[in-house]
This record gives sequence, structure tokens and C-alpha cells, in this order.
Amino acid sequence: MSTEPIRHRNFKAQAERLKRQDAFFWFIGLLTLGFALITLLSLIVDMAMTGWPRITQTFFLSFPSRLPERAGIFSAWVGSLCVVLVTSLVAIPLGIASGIYLEEYAKKNIWTKVIELNILNLAGIPSITYGLMALGFFVYKMHLGQSILTAGMTLGLLVLPIIIVTTREAIRTIPSHIREASYSLGATKWQTIRNHILPYSSGGIMTGVVIALSRAIGETAPLITVGALTFIAFLPSSVMDPYTVLPIQMFNWVSRPQEEFHVNAAAAGLVLLTMTLFLNGTAIYIRYLFRKKYKW
Amino acid sequence: MAIQSEFSTPQSMKRRWRNFKESFIHLLLLVCAGSSVLVTFGVIYTLVSEAMPFFLEVPIKNFLFDTEWTPLFENPQYGIMNLISGTLLTTVIALIIAIPLGTVAAVFLSEYCSNQVREFFKPLLELLAAVPTVVYGYFALLFVTPILQKIIPSLESFNALSAGIVMGIMIIPYVSSLSEDSMRAVPLYLREGSLAMGASKLQTSFKVIVPAAFSGIASAYVLGISRALGETMVVAIAAGLQARLSLNPLQSTQTLTAYIVQVSMGDLPQGSIGYRTIYVSGLVLLLFTLSFNLIGQSIRARMEKKYK
Repeated sequence: MSTEPIRHRNFKAQAERLKRQDAFFWFIGLLTLGFALITLLSLIVDMAMTGWPRITQTFFLSFPSRLPERAGIFSAWVGSLCVVLVTSLVAIPLGIASGIYLEEYAKKNIWTKVIELNILNLAGIPSITYGLMALGFFVYKMHLGQSILTAGMTLGLLVLPIIIVTTREAIRTIPSHIREASYSLGATKWQTIRNHILPYSSGGIMTGVVIALSRAIGETAPLITVGALTFIAFLPSSVMDPYTVLPIQMFNWVSRPQEEFHVNAAAAGLVLLTMTLFLNGTAIYIRYLFRKKYKW
Repeated sequence: MAIQSEFSTPQSMKRRWRNFKESFIHLLLLVCAGSSVLVTFGVIYTLVSEAMPFFLEVPIKNFLFDTEWTPLFENPQYGIMNLISGTLLTTVIALIIAIPLGTVAAVFLSEYCSNQVREFFKPLLELLAAVPTVVYGYFALLFVTPILQKIIPSLESFNALSAGIVMGIMIIPYVSSLSEDSMRAVPLYLREGSLAMGASKLQTSFKVIVPAAFSGIASAYVLGISRALGETMVVAIAAGLQARLSLNPLQSTQTLTAYIVQVSMGDLPQGSIGYRTIYVSGLVLLLFTLSFNLIGQSIRARMEKKYK
């Protein structure tokens, strides 16, 4: 007789406790995400507050200099642009072609397994080892020198896995009845790919390409080993010329003890950050656009 | 007759040309896909072949047990453990930040919040991984370190602690997004069964969902570890250039990656001992990350088999 109400009370108390725990975890979760976002925000705000006064037209149109207030990022952003151009010429065709092969042609056999495992591993190895490979192979074996071509190819190989993986994911979302319809009308495999698979997956592929290029723009470490210089007071005239890029220029300014150079670093960082955040925003927008356009 | 010429027969030139084109494209795509294997081969071959002469000059015993790493000094010492300890130190600090925060974020995004909240937070969280690492280096050196110095006055201006913390924040998205994906792949009936038995959301998340998604979560951790091991710019900027055999987070330290950066900044003739040492550190780094990647993949493969 007397145990019944007590057990009932215990149960209620326990339910209350569980509810409180749940609410507490809600709070912890929000706190965690809040912490991450506040870090991102303080990074951006700190950089903007320090660097903004240096963002003028002359900053974009001056070469590096020993005098911090005269130094600019002209050679750096031009160099970044040239390097990324070479990178996209290497990585985009190679990446998309590999993605198509693995999704549309590859049979399920040991070789395909090897290629897939290999791409997973490529995505996991540190970027600086690509730089060491490029130094030993491109610079010394192929005698390409410390040039824009070397840098572009190095970064091209580095971002290749990103493009391959996103291409595959984009192609995989296309239902097989699209292919079957095309084959049943007499189209060949390549015609099916060119006229149907590629157009429908272009949103996903473009997203991957943009993200890969944004990664290439911000990448620093492998270019240090292949000899990006930090003091380039001229613009490159061919792909075999020495170069500098924005992140390297920023690294150089951060590493100096004088505070005036740190202001320059913040300004360069702000430009770099704006570029990468803009590219990532573009990628999200493209994904959104194509998700609306094609619904299976 | 007119009909016959319009529809090509198997023997016609047009069809043969088409078949040729098809197999040519097939071959071309195969070559492109196979080229990625060449890249891996190239990386491993270059690192091994450039590092090997080093071991002809320096005995393995010195390499493993020397107490200092000073290859460019007058009386060089080659104790790789100095660089490995720096790498492990910053990696552990980063993981202390990234694994709890990344896991909580993943559970929250996958189990707790509504779709709209997730759609809002997820891209923002992923932006953390998009910020260039050199920018994080600046942030660690000129923002985080001064703040930490107010709390811990004995902190050196180059130190492992702030580099590790910033690196940890940087890899939160690597940990969280893969974990979240695998938690969301857990079938709904497991959640419903647990909730129907009277378990709370918290109990369901950590006693049902996390164990069921363990393979994905573990491989997310492994990915985070190999990111932290190979991260270069943050440690090169904020952790200093002093290779030492110590696990004190308040001092400056040097990682394998930061050493490569430091040496590459100067002029290095090919074949010199300095040139060899950057390949040796690169090779050690590659061995570490490759073995972690393989562990991660085998965990995932084993678990996928189990849960099918």
C-alpha cells in the first residue's frame, strides 16, 4: 500500500532530472557552437580593426618594401592570380575526368579499389609533403625552377582529391533512369555523359571547383618549400618567372618583429580572408541554386 | 536504299569512328584517374629517395636517441625526438580542444536542433575550416597569445599552447561534420526504440546513437589527428623555432612541419645535409599521417561490415 505512491514520486523525480539534463545539454551545445562562431568573429573583427586603415588603393598597387608604410601587395595578388590560373588548368580537367571515370566507367575490381583508397590517402597527407615532392621532382628533376608553373602544378595536385570527390558525389545523385532513358534512345556512353550527366551534375562540380580554388589561394606551406620568394618588386611576365603570393607575403610580414609590419599582415590577411570567404559563399550559393533547379 | 544509308549499319565508317571515339575517351579518363596513383607514388618515392642518403651519414642510433636537433650547427646533432615531441605536444593540445567540442557540436546538430537551426549553423561552422591557415597563425600569435599571457604570465611569446588551441578550433569542423554525417545515418528506429523505453534525449544520444555511429566518429577523430599532425603555418608562426625535448606547453617548441618551413626559408643547396633533413622530417611526418589514415579507414571498413 505505502510503496506505490513513493515509486510514483521517484519516477516523476527521475523524469524531471532527465529533462533538466536534456535542457543542460541543449545549453552546452549552443555554448559550443557559440564559442566556435565567436572565435571566427573575433578573428575577423581583430584583423579588420588592425588592417583596415592600410586598405587603400596604394596598398594594392605597391610592391613590397623595407618601409612598412610604403609596402603593398601588388606582386602578391598578381602572383596569387597567376598561380591559381595554372592550378585550375591542372586540377579541373584532371579532377573532373577522374571523377567521371570512377563513377561511370570503373568496374568493381581491385584496380578501382586501389585508385579509390589512393585518393582517400592523398586527401589525408599533409600539404607540406606535396611541397617536398614538388621541390625534389618539379624543381630539381624536371628543372622547372622556382616558378609560377611549379607552384601552380603543386597546388593543382594538392586540390585534385577535393575536385575528384565532389565530382563523384555530384554524379552519384543523378538517378539511373536518366542514363537508361538516354541509352534507350541510342546514345553512346560518352554522349550520355556529355549531354546529361555533366549538365545535371555541373552544380555540384562547380561547388567543388570553387572550394578547391579557395583552398589553393590560401595555401602557404607547400609554396614555401618550392621557393616562393617574399621580396618580389616586379610583375611576372611568364610562367617561368619567380613569384610571390598573398599568404606568403602575409607570412613574411607576420614573422617580422616590427609592429608596423603586423598591420600590413593584418591588411593582407583581410584581403585573403575576404577572398576565401567570398569563394566559399559562392560555393554555398551555387549548391543552393542547383538544388532548386534539379529535383529528382 | 535511301533508308539504308540513313541508318548506319555496324560496318559503316560512322559507327566505327564512333566506337573508336568511345574507347579513346574511356582510355583518356582511365589515364586521368590513374594519374592520382602516380602522385602518391611520386610523393613517397621523392621523400624516400631524398631522405635515404641521410641515413648513410647519420647512424640510426643518433637519429633516435640524440638529445638535441641541431643539424645546421657546428657540431650537428640529429635527435628527431625533439621534433616529434613538439609535434605530439601541439597535436594533443589541439585534440583536447577539437574532440570534445567537435563531438558536442555534432551531437547537437544531429540530435538536438531543428532543421533550420542546423542549416544556419553548419555552413558557418564549416567556414572555420575555410580560413587560410596563415591567418590562423596571425590570430594565434597576435590575438590568442597576448590574451593567454594575461592569465598565465609565464607564457612565452612563442608557445605551444596558443598554437595548439587555435589549431584545435581550426579542426573542429573536420571532427564535427564527419561525426554528424555518421550519426544522422543511424536508422530512426534505434532512436524511437530508445525514446519509447523512456530514455531521455541525452541518454539516447550517448548510449545509442554515438555507439551505433562509432565507426564514423572514430574516423572523424583520426582525420582530425592527421590534420593536426600535418598542420604547418599555425605552428611555424606561433609556436616558435626552438626544437626541444619537452612537453611544456608554455615554452616555444618546434614541430616537424615548422622545421621544414624554417629550413626552406633559407637557401638550401640540393644534396646538402640540411636539404636531406627536411626530407627526413617530411618522411617521418608522412609515416605518422599515413598510418593514422590507414587506421581510420580500417575502423570504418570493419564497422561498416558489422552494421550491414
